[in-house]
Amino acid sequence: MLNRFIALVIVLIVALTFSQLAFTQNARPQQSGAAKDRKATAEPAPPHDISGTWTPANGPNDAIQPYGAKAMPNDGKPEHQLPYTPLGLQTYKSHKATIGVDEVLPKDYNDPRDKCEPLGFPRTDLYYLRDTQIFQNEYKVAILYQYGEAWRVIWTDGRALPKLVDGAVLVGKEVREQRFYGYSVGKWVDDTTLVVQTVGMMPEDRVWLDLTGRPISDAALVEERFHRVNHDRLELTVTIDDPKMYTKPWIAMNKFPMRLADPHHDVMEVYCSLSEMEKYDKLFANPTSAPASPPGGDTPGR
Amino acid sequence: MRMRAISVFALAAGLLSVSMPLLAHHGTAVFDTNKTLTLKGSVTEWDWSNPHCLLQFDVKSESGQSVHWIAETQNPANMVYAGFGKASFKPGDEVTVTLMPTKNGLPYGRIKQVVLANGKTLNASGGTINADSSGSPGATKSGNYPKQ
Repeated sequence: MLNRFIALVIVLIVALTFSQLAFTQNARPQQSGAAKDRKATAEPAPPHDISGTWTPANGPNDAIQPYGAKAMPNDGKPEHQLPYTPLGLQTYKSHKATIGVDEVLPKDYNDPRDKCEPLGFPRTDLYYLRDTQIFQNEYKVAILYQYGEAWRVIWTDGRALPKLVDGAVLVGKEVREQRFYGYSVGKWVDDTTLVVQTVGMMPEDRVWLDLTGRPISDAALVEERFHRVNHDRLELTVTIDDPKMYTKPWIAMNKFPMRLADPHHDVMEVYCSLSEMEKYDKLFANPTSAPASPPGGDTPGR
Repeated sequence: MRMRAISVFALAAGLLSVSMPLLAHHGTAVFDTNKTLTLKGSVTEWDWSNPHCLLQFDVKSESGQSVHWIAETQNPANMVYAGFGKASFKPGDEVTVTLMPTKNGLPYGRIKQVVLANGKTLNASGGTINADSSGSPGATKSGNYPKQ
């Protein structure tokens, strides 16, 4: 009897492994003729250039980050506990996420994403960083994100990072508004590494850091390091420095690998639509969150 | 001996559940992750929409009573990689749906796999199985427009 169970276990695990492999392989978009002809050894990275359509190197689901920041998932492990300030912990506890160690039922969540609020930055790095289009010229780098079809601009023209003032941003001598995607400036620290600093994001009552409801505030300074390892590979490292929410800086993504996609790849929309959300909640989220049916209740076909 | 066998099986079931690709929108709190149902039914509606696609279908019990089921997948941008598309199902299609049911006993679930009447299998957690070379109707993995 035991041997039969062990055999079943092995079959299940092998089947799952091959299923995962098949998914990863099928996840790769079709390559153009030029890409197919490229030699197995990738060409060197072009200097000061991260343009292109980038997709997670380990398959499209790798960057969804359902358990939160890739390098520090919200999985309850001690090594992944974030260094919350008292306000940070209080803010986290006020967030009701549908996933993570403190997840609630779909009917009880309060994620601003599901009110169709913009994800904001840096959540756009830490959630659903799928097909990511980067365009650049000598003045700026523009990033087009798949989720919510959002975009942001990183200035590389030498301008200074804006200063934070109470509830606003000081650009030169001008007081400006806070933004969902902040104010970003970038600097090439070598031929293949662009370091970007971003400030001036929305306060903690407007945005979440990740899908599990971790907080981010308007005091945050976020650093991104885009390192183009070679022509076909880009690595992204994201560091969060938010003294209102965390007692020390921490790394949220660590050399997250992206690969260059076919330049003809047409990116699908992923969006929040209030009408579609309402339909989904009515048809699925609310009934699935309802209490269990009474004993003896008949659910034919089940 | 029996307890040990049960423990091994529970471990395998646990491995399967945690290894499954996670949905982007919500967790598994409402689902009975240790349970799988396979149902034969007739499609009434296929919603190719965000935040999740929904397949609605009617299942007839042995007594002839019909039950309306609703099962979700991931969003369209995820599902194209698994071979699903806007035109994967139409009302009246006979399908065999394998799903993870909800804990509350109501006819809802999360799709693991759908087998079409022609034998084609769509695996919601991965690529297509036994798919023809053109892939699923309406789905293009690269999303490229056709050349003129």
